[in-house]
Amino acid sequence: MLNLTRASIARNGFGRCLMAEKRSSAVKSVSRGLACADHSDGSGSNEVYDVIISGGGMVGTAMACSLGMHPKLSEKKILLLEAGNKKVMDKVPDSYSTRVSSISPGSATLLTGIGAWEHITKWRCKPYKKMQVWDACSDALITFDKDNLEEVMAYIVENDVVVAALTKQLDSLSDHVQVKYRSKVVKYIWPAAHQAVRSVPWVQVVLASGETLQTKLLIGADGPNSMVRRQLGIPTVKWNYDQSAVVAVLRLSEPTENNVAWQRFLPTGPIAMLPLSDTESSLVWSTSHHLAEELMALDDECFVDAINSAFWSNVNQSELVETAGTLFRSALATFMPSAGSPRQLPPSVAAIGPKSRVMFPLGMGHASEYIRHRVALVGDAAHRVHPLAGQGANLGFGDVACLTQLLGQAAFNGKDLGAMQHLLEYESERQRHNLPMMAAIDLMKRLYSTNTAPVVLLRTFGLQATNMLPTLKEQIMAFASK
Amino acid sequence: MFANKSGRVMLGSCRRKAISVCSVVQSLVGNNLFSWNVGCKQRTLWLQMNVAERTQQRAVHRKLSTRAVHQTTVDPDELKRFRLLASKWWDENGEFKALHAMNDLRVPFIRDNLLNMHKAQHPGKPLAGLRVLDVGCGGGLLTEPLGRLGASVLGIDPVEENIGTAQLHSSCDPHLGGRVSYRACTLEELSADVAGGETDRGDTMFDAVVASEVVEHLADLETFAFCCSRILKPGGSLFITTINKTNLSYALAIVAAEQLLRIVPKGTHDWEKFISPVELERLLESNCFSVQSVQGMMYNPASGAWSWTNSTAINYALHAVKLAEDPQTDKADNSAASQS
Repeated sequence: MLNLTRASIARNGFGRCLMAEKRSSAVKSVSRGLACADHSDGSGSNEVYDVIISGGGMVGTAMACSLGMHPKLSEKKILLLEAGNKKVMDKVPDSYSTRVSSISPGSATLLTGIGAWEHITKWRCKPYKKMQVWDACSDALITFDKDNLEEVMAYIVENDVVVAALTKQLDSLSDHVQVKYRSKVVKYIWPAAHQAVRSVPWVQVVLASGETLQTKLLIGADGPNSMVRRQLGIPTVKWNYDQSAVVAVLRLSEPTENNVAWQRFLPTGPIAMLPLSDTESSLVWSTSHHLAEELMALDDECFVDAINSAFWSNVNQSELVETAGTLFRSALATFMPSAGSPRQLPPSVAAIGPKSRVMFPLGMGHASEYIRHRVALVGDAAHRVHPLAGQGANLGFGDVACLTQLLGQAAFNGKDLGAMQHLLEYESERQRHNLPMMAAIDLMKRLYSTNTAPVVLLRTFGLQATNMLPTLKEQIMAFASK
Repeated sequence: MFANKSGRVMLGSCRRKAISVCSVVQSLVGNNLFSWNVGCKQRTLWLQMNVAERTQQRAVHRKLSTRAVHQTTVDPDELKRFRLLASKWWDENGEFKALHAMNDLRVPFIRDNLLNMHKAQHPGKPLAGLRVLDVGCGGGLLTEPLGRLGASVLGIDPVEENIGTAQLHSSCDPHLGGRVSYRACTLEELSADVAGGETDRGDTMFDAVVASEVVEHLADLETFAFCCSRILKPGGSLFITTINKTNLSYALAIVAAEQLLRIVPKGTHDWEKFISPVELERLLESNCFSVQSVQGMMYNPASGAWSWTNSTAINYALHAVKLAEDPQTDKADNSAASQS
């Protein structure tokens, strides 16, 4: 299935070079079907934006900030469209919100460059220095840490804090970045391939209020069910994992120097505990729909018990696997005396934050094309991953950094921002990075979804071997922190 | 005085028939390597017209150019006429593909050299406040990027259809409207207007003149250099991109393109009209220019991209500066002389 993904994407990319005409005629037919507006219609205003970003989530708002702060784009007119309300945060609420993201150092660099990171650190963020990932079916484990816990691996930040920090930064850019809140897009009208005489050459965005906006480049940051991607008809490889994630805020039994992220792979799905503060952590438990519903229905005490036993119990381990695991480990120890860190157990949970249990379905999705003439997709609109690696937001921020840099350079070369040349460069660069990551995440998910002995033995050995190879671990960490 | 210059112009009406043949062939032939040269020919044959015809044409041009300057909306009847041409010029994968790709080299070349001489106010508009003339602008492929960088650009071309196409394309973009304008006229006419001080059209001298892929189609370069010198401010820049006169350029541009592969009709290019950088430099220096830099360019037909190269054997780009008259700026001349 993964091979299919890569092959289809490669084919599409190659096919684009050969069949540019064919695709543009397809776009033309789509736009024809949507009734190209007349040139004399004018759609009310002659104003043409340089960039419109559709979707004001973490990635969309970061994109708007990033474009607004780029010196070579300082004369461009940028608009952000968000269907919801403006997220303002004067001070941080006392309780933690449920949805959190792991922000890698690469993403933190981007946010620092935008100027939002200082707001985030002032409000609330939790760096962690170590990550322990282990199996429920054997005692294989792998720990990631950098140089004896000196450097930070990543940060856990609440999604609300990120969006509010970015919104605050956007306010300071209000001279050339506009934002329209509570504006829902009803329809997009795509431009014809070549400059046909009676059509507008720009992308037109029709809002629910009846207003029509024109733009030279539309950036779709509207999430996994992206309307931009759907209306363009971009084929998307996607599947549902038949899993839902249950997220909650946990109160630990006793305060601890909470700077380790824990993840255990149960046969039903991974359970993760991410530090929020010395006394609280965030839970992300991905499991089947059925179990997730059961978990949601449990009362608080039973839920806490379920969490603790998920992390601590060894019921899934068989003797065979245990013996094999010990043998592997001793065999490896003869080759590599510098074994990995010993296994630690995560802190026990005492209670759950009030009203903080939420459930949402999980899936994988990848758009086979990230771009079209005058359109680019960023974030979840282009790629959607399983939360087990904490990479979803980071892939999106990577898209933002790459696209901003390419658009800045294109503007400095006097190019039309919607031209295909630099958009194609964005697509190839990001697909080159995103696809291996997505393939790895999907592989991990499938590898750990079973407890049949051969697979368990295979992954046990693999995990133990990787744990003892510091260079390999460093490579993995470097790739994940881009 | 003007008749004198016209007297130096060569060729008769047989060339006009050649133009129409070229355009027919061009529409029949698909994507090809050197078709953009044909396109260049189509747009800049201003010196290759009959003298009698030219005097007649000038009156017509005057009338058209007056209308062209003030035109902000396009007449719907004319739109139909421009339709076919519009798709050719502005189709980035079409016949002018190589010319579109050349923007990746020539826009930074022009921008960076102008920035060296005039510091930018802010990086969003590096060429703000500069007046630039694009000679032989065709469909406006180079004019629009320069306009986007903040310069006030005037694009001239003797072929009215090209000016129409260019105006139609730039009229859609309100950000370009104020900065980019077009006129169907010749360089001689424009330089006469500027020197003659006709201020009703707001003509003043230019900070930079760009003549990209034009010089290899002109018969009389002396006139060209003289006119450029007249319309440039002292210290103003002249940018030229053209083809060298070497065995290699003969092999590729003439033999390969015209005779072997027959992708371009015979006689489209005249190798005799190619000029080497040394000769061009000599010509410009005799017209009060000082050549600042010459750089070779190379087209890779497989990737469709241009790149800078050390060899000026085929294509090259040249930057020259008009010498200032007063001795205070001789300092600039000396440093330029040591550079070139």
